[in-house]
Amino acid sequence: MNGLKNIFAGRWGIIGVGAVIGILAPLLQKFGNPGNMGICVACFERDIAGALGLHRAAVVQYMRPEIIGFVLGSLLAAYLFKEFRARAGSAPIVRFVLGVFAMIGALVFLGCPWRTLLRLAGGDGNAILGLLGLIFGIWIGTLFFRGGYNLGRSQPTLTPVGWILPLIMMGFLFLRIIFPPLEGQESSGVLLYSAKGPGAMHAPLVMSLIAGVAVGFLAQRSRFCTMGAFRDLILFRQLHLFSGVVALIVAAFIMNMILGQFHPGFQNQPIAHTMGLWNFSGMALAGLAFALAGGCPGRQLFLAGEGDGDAAIFVLGMIVGAAFAHNFGLASSPQGIGPHGIAAVVVGIFVCLFIGGTMRNKVA
Amino acid sequence: MLKKIDARGLSCPQPVLVTLKGMELLEKGEMVVLVDNDTAKENVARAVASKGWKVKQIQTEGNEYHLTINKE
Repeated sequence: MNGLKNIFAGRWGIIGVGAVIGILAPLLQKFGNPGNMGICVACFERDIAGALGLHRAAVVQYMRPEIIGFVLGSLLAAYLFKEFRARAGSAPIVRFVLGVFAMIGALVFLGCPWRTLLRLAGGDGNAILGLLGLIFGIWIGTLFFRGGYNLGRSQPTLTPVGWILPLIMMGFLFLRIIFPPLEGQESSGVLLYSAKGPGAMHAPLVMSLIAGVAVGFLAQRSRFCTMGAFRDLILFRQLHLFSGVVALIVAAFIMNMILGQFHPGFQNQPIAHTMGLWNFSGMALAGLAFALAGGCPGRQLFLAGEGDGDAAIFVLGMIVGAAFAHNFGLASSPQGIGPHGIAAVVVGIFVCLFIGGTMRNKVA
Repeated sequence: MLKKIDARGLSCPQPVLVTLKGMELLEKGEMVVLVDNDTAKENVARAVASKGWKVKQIQTEGNEYHLTINKE
């Protein structure tokens, strides 16, 4: 069929890309990234917020090259395949707020949808309730879609609009190169680093960057999206994106077995807590916010790389959300939820229900 | 009269939702779906095929695609 010339957009394309992510993430963990966190978009954006001093949680400060690579890899693919389209103007402020609460929900659970899958593939049983919460939140989102929810049309715009986030990422990479981490130090030039904790655990710069660019490139081609996987399954009974998610978890599980990184259980899992209700509720909030914004945090980075200025706003919302989460005691830690985590989840769910219930531009 | 669905500028999953709605209303015949990015083009083509419709033609107009779909 001439409509599907892009081989990555076919069944085997999406499965292959899911498998590549599932192979790379455990490898990144092997080479230094935190446990069951070879790749975590939410955690890594949170670390970037820390590296910039937007929050001062000393253990989660690192300018993560994977995130930079995701955006730049997608930018590269979009230009090579002539798919770069600068566009913006679909309710940006709403997308910003959704990004903020998506991040807060993810940090109550401790992970984005990718890390949810990686935690499961590493044997972390606490991620089961996180995954169920994610699916529940996305299901609520599909109810709004059926009711006519949408954020309105974006408009084609000037090319530099689409370049802003990629340029910011290039700036971040420049800072990471000229101010490299110093052994045991908590800062280097303008960047903050962690001397201990997850922020101090990272694969070498070049490896992280190459993996990030590769994933960004492939994900732009295949439209890989974990939120979309469950959304399309619920909304259209369609398995396309879902097959990519299954490939990711299977590949990551096999890799973890090979690398000796599979440790089944609930207690003492890396960067995780055992408060099931809040694992579920945090991800329910995040899932709903991702659904209303049209993509998981990874997908938002890839969209931003191909020129979507609204997705870029969502990304900035997530980074700011991470700052709120740590400054106001909303984020969880291995000891459990933060002092104000419950209040933040409740407020976030009301905000998302308000957005879902009131945004219904007539488009067709 | 040829039915036209304008899905330009809509983000996922709206292009598919409005196309499915249009197909349901029309039941059979021919219509044109306008999209402005490759993801929407692929998603619409996939959804159309899953409902027993066919993508008859895809015209490229600048940064847009016009998908002519039909069911006999």
